[in-house]
Amino acid sequence: MDTSATLGRTGTVEGLPLSPLARRRSAARHWGDRVYGGLTRGAALTLVLVVVAIALVMARMAWPALRAFGWRFAITSTWDPVADRFGALPFIYGTLVSSALAMLIAVPLGIGASVYLAELAPLWIRPPIGFLVELVAAIPSVIYGLWGIFVLAPFLRTWVQPALGQALGFLPLFQGPPYGVGMLAAGLILAIMVVPYITAVGREVLRAVPDAQREAALGLGATRWETTRIAVLTYGRSGLVGAVLLGLGRALGETMAVTMVIGNRPEISASLFAPGYTMASVIANEFTEATGDLYLSALVEVGLLLFLITVAVNGLARILVWSVARVPAGSQA
Amino acid sequence: MSSLRRSRPGPIVLGALTLTIAASVAGPPVAVGQLLMNGAGATFPYPIYSKWFDEYAKVDPGARFNYQSIGSGGGIRQITARTVDFGATDGPMTDEQLKAAPAELLHIPTVLGAVVTTYNLPGSPKLRFVPDVLADVFLGKITKWNDPRITGANPGISLPDQPIVVVHRSDGSGTTYIWVDYLSKVSREWEQKVGRGTSVNWPVGLGGKGNEGVAGQVKNTPGALGYVELAYAVQNKLPTALVRNAAGRFVEPTIESTTAAAAGAAKDMPGDFRVSLTNAPGDDAYPIASFTWLLVYKNQSDETKGRTLVKFLWWAAHDGQKYPKDLLYAPLPPQVVKQIESRLKEITFQGRPFLAAAQ
Repeated sequence: MDTSATLGRTGTVEGLPLSPLARRRSAARHWGDRVYGGLTRGAALTLVLVVVAIALVMARMAWPALRAFGWRFAITSTWDPVADRFGALPFIYGTLVSSALAMLIAVPLGIGASVYLAELAPLWIRPPIGFLVELVAAIPSVIYGLWGIFVLAPFLRTWVQPALGQALGFLPLFQGPPYGVGMLAAGLILAIMVVPYITAVGREVLRAVPDAQREAALGLGATRWETTRIAVLTYGRSGLVGAVLLGLGRALGETMAVTMVIGNRPEISASLFAPGYTMASVIANEFTEATGDLYLSALVEVGLLLFLITVAVNGLARILVWSVARVPAGSQA
Repeated sequence: MSSLRRSRPGPIVLGALTLTIAASVAGPPVAVGQLLMNGAGATFPYPIYSKWFDEYAKVDPGARFNYQSIGSGGGIRQITARTVDFGATDGPMTDEQLKAAPAELLHIPTVLGAVVTTYNLPGSPKLRFVPDVLADVFLGKITKWNDPRITGANPGISLPDQPIVVVHRSDGSGTTYIWVDYLSKVSREWEQKVGRGTSVNWPVGLGGKGNEGVAGQVKNTPGALGYVELAYAVQNKLPTALVRNAAGRFVEPTIESTTAAAAGAAKDMPGDFRVSLTNAPGDDAYPIASFTWLLVYKNQSDETKGRTLVKFLWWAAHDGQKYPKDLLYAPLPPQVVKQIESRLKEITFQGRPFLAAAQ
């Protein structure tokens, strides 16, 4: 039903031909509108071009490593700059596990907080909490890293890890010496950094749900929770997934805070207490001093893999949203 | 209708904007008659180089230096690509890297640095380490503080039955290079298994980013053992250990013992200064020390820049050597300065050396 576009292009409205007079009037669109359309289209295209350019440049710089290691790069565990043998598996593992742990903690917290702020909180409390949430989102990641090293890691090492080890030590997840730094610290720090993103965007999404939905549910006799679940959350589902994706994007790419608390050890371990390494951390740590073309190229290939994984995860999530949102629930995104 | 047109500020504003932008991208403010020298490289000597550039401006007001501490790897890359006038590195260039350069590059040592062990034990006792013990700790073969090989060298100090948490650098660094170079010399197994480099495949240990990362990690982890730069350890009052040197004596890491390491190695110093000072001979030599070098082309392509550069390097090797101590770097011993003098006299422009033979 996009009348204005078809009018300009085909000189028809809904497939019916127009009279010559009407066609002349519609074709003579103001030149300002054409410039406006062109500029905005250019802006959108620029974004796409930047993404494509990033991928191409990285692929070109990573070519020596791609040729030397092939696809085995993604499944090998050795990272030896002296012997020029590189494998990115520990970093892929570290990135995915720390992000998964972060999302496991952050999604319930974030969506819960956004539901509270949008639906249940008394009106006077919403602005200050909302302000605080946005403030926490704006704290630079280095500050989180410093806090992680000097506050969170010692706390984990002294209280949390020994307790978890005693209570749940039969699980391989909680075995090993308590260093404080490690996968658990990284996951927690990422969760803290991601929650405000999910909350801030989620709150806006839920506030945009029309009151008619809520009133309809209440009118049918739903309780508070049922109203929220049936009317609000379902309606705002794709927006909430977008909020979660935003948080996931931050978790996958976060560098400074993670590198300060994860222990920086390229090893795969089942335990959350063990140190790990992420793709972003290894690039940040080793790029400046990487002498040797293969070494540099291997680091760029790690970057390329991170790029591809981010695209893949986002793509999968979008497909998930699309397949779920096909059930009509009033949302017309 | 022109009388109705108000004066348009547009062109004037546009002109002013253009001038401002042009001025801001022109680079650091260099007055007419001043020469701008660009350098890039190692982060370790950045404080002393800054001090030198500052002091040298009083000696030669016409010369201005701009240094970017992007890391030794970056310094080597930039000087090879000739995007800078001089490079700086903590680790000497390899033969392949020198071959890849378009012309002959010289290594000129400027100051000395040392790497010290730091640890977290109750009471911070003054420990003594024997070289192969250090290597085996970092190989993961010695895992507890009360291992007999450690207690044997430290009679009278009670060491706890605690695991040693090894901490190393996660980022590539000249400090790491000095450390693993030393371990490679004192342990055959380390040399074969791990080797030398600014980044290596560590058998055990946590990684901290930068000296501050390692120090922070050691401070917060009971039973930790790591390595940091001497300057960093002194400034932050970290506990340091004595290490036994090649002459068999346990030496305290200080500025003097670092300079002694270069003096001990001066006799057999190769002409190109691409030498490792770790485990140097000499009674007072601290065994984990190293030069840091500036990289310059033997044949300079610009006469004025070349002359300024050579004069600066001469000053740095002589008058400049009174500044490193305050900044916790070790100055060059006189034997090495003499050798640097002959090297500097070899730098030429179109075949003619800048410095006269008799100087």
